[in-house]
Amino acid sequence: MAPSTSSAITLNINGEKHALPVDHRTTLLDALREHLDLTGTKKGCDHGQCGACTVLLDGRRAVSCLQLAVAAEGREITTIEGVADGEQLHPVQQAFLDLDGYQCGYCTPGQICSAIAVIEEHAAGWPSAVTDDVRPEAGPPPLTAEEIRERMSGNLCRCGAYVSIVQAVAQAAEAEQKTKEAAA
Amino acid sequence: MTTATTGTTAVTGAVGTAHTRVEGLAKVTGAARYAGEIPFAELAHGWLVLSTVARGRIRSVEDAPVRAMPGVLTVLHHGNAPRVDGDYVGMLGKPDPTVAVFQHDRVPYLGWPVALVVAETSEQAREAAEALVVRYDQEPHDVAFFAGRPGTYTPQTPGTETEKGDLEAELTASAVVVDAEYTTPEEHHSSMEPHAAMARWDSGRLEVVDSNQGSTWVAGELAKLFSLDPESVRVRSEHVGGAFGSKGVRPHQVLAVMAATVLHRPVRVVLTRRQMFSLVGYRSPTAQRVRLGADPDGRLRALDHQAQSLTSTVHEFVEPSASVARAMYDADAHHTVNQVVALDVPTPTWMRAPGEAPGSFALESALDELAEKCGLDPIALRTRNEPDAGPVSGLPFSSRNLLACFEEGARRFGWADRDPAPGLRREGRWLLGTGTAAASFPTMVMPSTAAVTAEADGTFTVRISAADVGTGARTALTLIAADALEVAPDRIRVRIADSDFGPAMIAGGSMGTRSWGWAVTAAVGELREQLALGGDIPPQGITARADTTEALGALPEKERHSFGAQFAEVAVDTTTGEIRVRRLLGIFAAGRIINPLTARSQFIGGMTWGLSMALHEEAVRDQASGGHVNADFAGYHFAAHADVPLIEADWVDDPDDDPVGIKGIGEIGIVGTAAAIANAVWHATGVRHRNLPIRPDRVLLAGGEPAGGRHA
Repeated sequence: MAPSTSSAITLNINGEKHALPVDHRTTLLDALREHLDLTGTKKGCDHGQCGACTVLLDGRRAVSCLQLAVAAEGREITTIEGVADGEQLHPVQQAFLDLDGYQCGYCTPGQICSAIAVIEEHAAGWPSAVTDDVRPEAGPPPLTAEEIRERMSGNLCRCGAYVSIVQAVAQAAEAEQKTKEAAA
Repeated sequence: MTTATTGTTAVTGAVGTAHTRVEGLAKVTGAARYAGEIPFAELAHGWLVLSTVARGRIRSVEDAPVRAMPGVLTVLHHGNAPRVDGDYVGMLGKPDPTVAVFQHDRVPYLGWPVALVVAETSEQAREAAEALVVRYDQEPHDVAFFAGRPGTYTPQTPGTETEKGDLEAELTASAVVVDAEYTTPEEHHSSMEPHAAMARWDSGRLEVVDSNQGSTWVAGELAKLFSLDPESVRVRSEHVGGAFGSKGVRPHQVLAVMAATVLHRPVRVVLTRRQMFSLVGYRSPTAQRVRLGADPDGRLRALDHQAQSLTSTVHEFVEPSASVARAMYDADAHHTVNQVVALDVPTPTWMRAPGEAPGSFALESALDELAEKCGLDPIALRTRNEPDAGPVSGLPFSSRNLLACFEEGARRFGWADRDPAPGLRREGRWLLGTGTAAASFPTMVMPSTAAVTAEADGTFTVRISAADVGTGARTALTLIAADALEVAPDRIRVRIADSDFGPAMIAGGSMGTRSWGWAVTAAVGELREQLALGGDIPPQGITARADTTEALGALPEKERHSFGAQFAEVAVDTTTGEIRVRRLLGIFAAGRIINPLTARSQFIGGMTWGLSMALHEEAVRDQASGGHVNADFAGYHFAAHADVPLIEADWVDDPDDDPVGIKGIGEIGIVGTAAAIANAVWHATGVRHRNLPIRPDRVLLAGGEPAGGRHA
């Protein structure tokens, strides 16, 4: 008997379960784009070098081109289609829109997914390569432009929209911080 | 039914105020679909196989085993592909023969298309393509490009060379002379969206969903290649994930059409990132020599700019680096020439500010060297050499507000406090410096057609075969139409990127918004005349069309350009070789700015390219294989978030006697930026860097101690 080259899997994407057969060679990125019609996640290099395919896996950012679909079973997958709250844009999406944090728009879903995770990673106290004080008790460093640039550097933008992307991430982080403080 | 007027209250002022992008919501939610993302029933997937030798003949394509692999539908190659006619003249000239795929067995460069595997899924197509054995009779190749190499020639096309005065005599008579050689490397467009096309036959028409800079252009080329009635070809390209000159007709569209024709089903072909490095064009490396001769007060007596670039053995493309001086600076003796050499490499093409980008690096660096030698401020030197008319053409400028850019830029940058001496400012491990350079880009325009419909519901629909490659063209045209109609922008719907809308200029040469805006304005004028007659609007609306061909023909001949002044501050660590750009400021005189929000993004985007060109980008060719050693984003680095500081761009008033007043802004941002950065590196370290990119190893080898005349 020939070895099986495909499997029936169930992926949990944006809170919904999707059952699908996949070729074992199929990446999570291709499963989203070619099988589930979730084309918001972009393929820029297929090598994990550009970040256009960034999604959130169990809340952490990951490049979906370097993840096989079969290995994503049981993970909670969030794509750009799932970050807004119904009609209400995520603060990061709104900031990108308002501040022109894009041009061609192709790297944008990856930048936005990455930015959402950056804001959470920072709030959780994760240091970056440019953080001065990395002691756990130091707490989150100020989320400066330099911190944002360092943390977002896995997401390339060829149009050169970095300046407004950094401003958008800072604005969204500030808005989220205010919301949290109001709720506290 | 609506009464035939544009509205009860006239609304203007859309142009010139900031508007977020019409398609912005679709882009931030992932709803915007690009060429490779539109589903079609029965879609088959094509995967390209490229040559692994740089010169020779294909001996065999051993497709039989591959045809037996799971899911494989066909293998196309030179032995079985449909014939196409590559001998034609299209909208922008003769095509690069790379688009006439699979027509013979010759291989002119590494990465030339040799086969297309089509299968039910992309995974099957890819595995089969990787398994396909192609045998070659290999021949020796030559890919070595360097200044003055044998075989370099001056093309016999108009505009290649300009000459006035006695160059050698003026150089001899000059009190101060700069004679320097500069190089720039091979650079790649690297749009984030890889080239993708779907082709299918639908009711006797060929339909192509593509990612391009001009749908009418691509449709016309495909019609010619496949000997089809132009009316029977429809190309659409709704969203384009970056282009920068690379998205014209390329092998993938042609192959999608071939495969769809053979298989009688829709076929999509998407290029891989690696394939893009040999198939979609690039900027040629350049070797340039600039000679400037001046009086002690900096007035130019002699200006000589000689530029060399490379092309392929199958098509001539010349990077016109020396042409920038023809608009910028006058001299008693003035000579510019663009030379080229044919090598066993892919054909280069237009890439953001072709000519001006590498040319301004050499010329504006040389001006800085001259300022140093004359003991003059770099801005004062440029002011002293500001021409009254076109240095070569003698034609008047339609407007030339370069000095206003320098004045405003100097004020905002704090230039007045600058000590011109190099190598003096230290901050910890960093040496600091500032630099400036001028920028210019021609303002051109091409005939376009547009249609505007007054709809029965009181809205207006604009149809034009424009392309929005990230420039904000869709939004800009909405604002232009709104002001022309004197209605609010939300009553305008602009439909673009469909070849059925008729001929229009491509998104290129900074000509898009000017050419399309002109046509839309003219169509609105026609419509308003019809609406002025009164009466009701029928259910199908009232449509007016315009063609700008005649109006453009009446445009008086002038020197028309955008101008700009670039300022840079850098920090250089001469122990590690690291350079950090701390600030960039660009002030531009670029005609009427339609949408300040997106215009600023475009200027800053161009300047980001300039930074990337100055410090990072370099495609390296392996002389032994003839191919690239760094054909991916790990090896070909362009500026990432961490490389880019706060960049500021702004503009000065730039009134012009032009009928529409719109100049291009897509390209000028990159012009001069690399020179401003290199000049700042000299100011920081005292070392002239004349070879881009200014890599850490070049900084290290050059050392960092101030020493006049050192260079790397």
